[in-house]
Amino acid sequence: MSTPTSVSLTVRDVHLAFGANNVLRGADLTVQRGATACVIGPSGSGKSTLLRTINRLIEPDRGDVLLDGRSVLRDDPDALRQRVGMVFQQFNLFPHMTVLRNITLALRRLKKLGEDEAVQVARAQLELVGLAGKADARPAHLSGGQQQRVAIARALALRPQVMLFDEATSALDPELVKGVLGVMADLAAAGMTMVVVTHEMGFAREVADTVAFMDAGVVIEAGEPAAVFESPEHPRLRRFLSQVL
Amino acid sequence: MDPLRTLWETFFDWDAMREALPEMLTVGLPNTLILAVSAALLGSVLGMLLAVAGISRTRWLRWPARVYTDVFRGLPAAATILLIGVGLAPLGMQVWGPNPYPLGVLALSLIAAAYIGEIFRSGIQSVEAAQLEGARALGFSWSEAMRLVIIPQGVRRVLPAWVNQLIALIKDSSLVYFLGLLASQRELFRIGQDYAATTGNESALLLAGLCYLALTVPLTHAVNWIDRRLRQGRTVAVAPDDTEPDLVGETDLPTTARRDPR
Repeated sequence: MSTPTSVSLTVRDVHLAFGANNVLRGADLTVQRGATACVIGPSGSGKSTLLRTINRLIEPDRGDVLLDGRSVLRDDPDALRQRVGMVFQQFNLFPHMTVLRNITLALRRLKKLGEDEAVQVARAQLELVGLAGKADARPAHLSGGQQQRVAIARALALRPQVMLFDEATSALDPELVKGVLGVMADLAAAGMTMVVVTHEMGFAREVADTVAFMDAGVVIEAGEPAAVFESPEHPRLRRFLSQVL
Repeated sequence: MDPLRTLWETFFDWDAMREALPEMLTVGLPNTLILAVSAALLGSVLGMLLAVAGISRTRWLRWPARVYTDVFRGLPAAATILLIGVGLAPLGMQVWGPNPYPLGVLALSLIAAAYIGEIFRSGIQSVEAAQLEGARALGFSWSEAMRLVIIPQGVRRVLPAWVNQLIALIKDSSLVYFLGLLASQRELFRIGQDYAATTGNESALLLAGLCYLALTVPLTHAVNWIDRRLRQGRTVAVAPDDTEPDLVGETDLPTTARRDPR
């Protein structure tokens, strides 16, 4: 995998309401440089929203997000998003472009690379996710697992310092999940700082340095996977784990 | 006289047609095409601006676009062409002299823009919000995301409706005859009508009609062809050799909770 220059990430007391609906009610999360945090919890607990406040696709009402101790809330959000890669449940590849152009678009327009250099970076990135042969295919011609690996390559091509994964394998057929999780595990092992919202408890247990359990807009328990899975303290977490494991 | 024979001669007088044909092809056809194509270009550019203004979050863009569309879609094309062609004639006189042609193109463009704007807007709005989120997450600004990702997809989806609008435009171009064109500026319909008026025989007008059909019928089929291609393009089966390779992910992961219920 690439050798990212990762940063540490701190989410501090983030609040967000959509009208009367308090989605985040003081969420906290700390991820060491190069570490992986898995965020687990029931549907509607605010996991995906929390992820979107980190790259400011959604602006928090209150609280702070820090990269290497520096608040990102005063940065230009577009510049911030080039530093924070994101992978979505539905891949969000651009269907009217080839796989290669999906990756080179941002390299050329935002990083201002020349055509040749952008193609070179894109091909190298595709190689890393095992899809070098699919550069000229359209996303619709790929399986879900392949599309998601292209989406990961697209995000990584911009050399982000943090990667966010929003239920990256939830939309995949079961037999395709492993390939995507493999790419994510490799990335974690290579020292990328990652926040992974997931229902894959096996992945959380195996790969995460920290597991954070969210419920009703708050991280109510966080710790090493062994501690969270083997000796959960909060009754809400115990109930959740008894249902998913 | 035999009424059927009269009817036949009124519409199918080959000599009258033969007489009108050269002028129809050398003057009428080029003028119709110039009117229709230039109005299509200008109308599409204006239509795109209207579409983007129509979905803007700024009320001061959205609102005027809405009013414009309502007005120009709601007026009869003939009324719009007369209002602009005659109403703006003094202004046109100062800019390009006594030529009514540019005002005719302008009027056709303004009408087409109202319809094309609605077509583009519906296309753009049909693109999933996730596409915008995906582009924004890469660091593209709203306008870059619209220009590079959303609009190209949206326009592609409504190409058939857009071509339909071009067909309407070709037919509407006949209405500029209201503006009193010079002999060399007459389009298909006007030439047919002039011959019909001087000879008292409708054959030349029928010939003009056939010329319109020669333009519009192929376009109608082009619409169907585009539509079919777009449909096929969207549902593509995954090739059977697309199995997930094991060369990535050296880490052997435990199976998921969902697949391994205990």
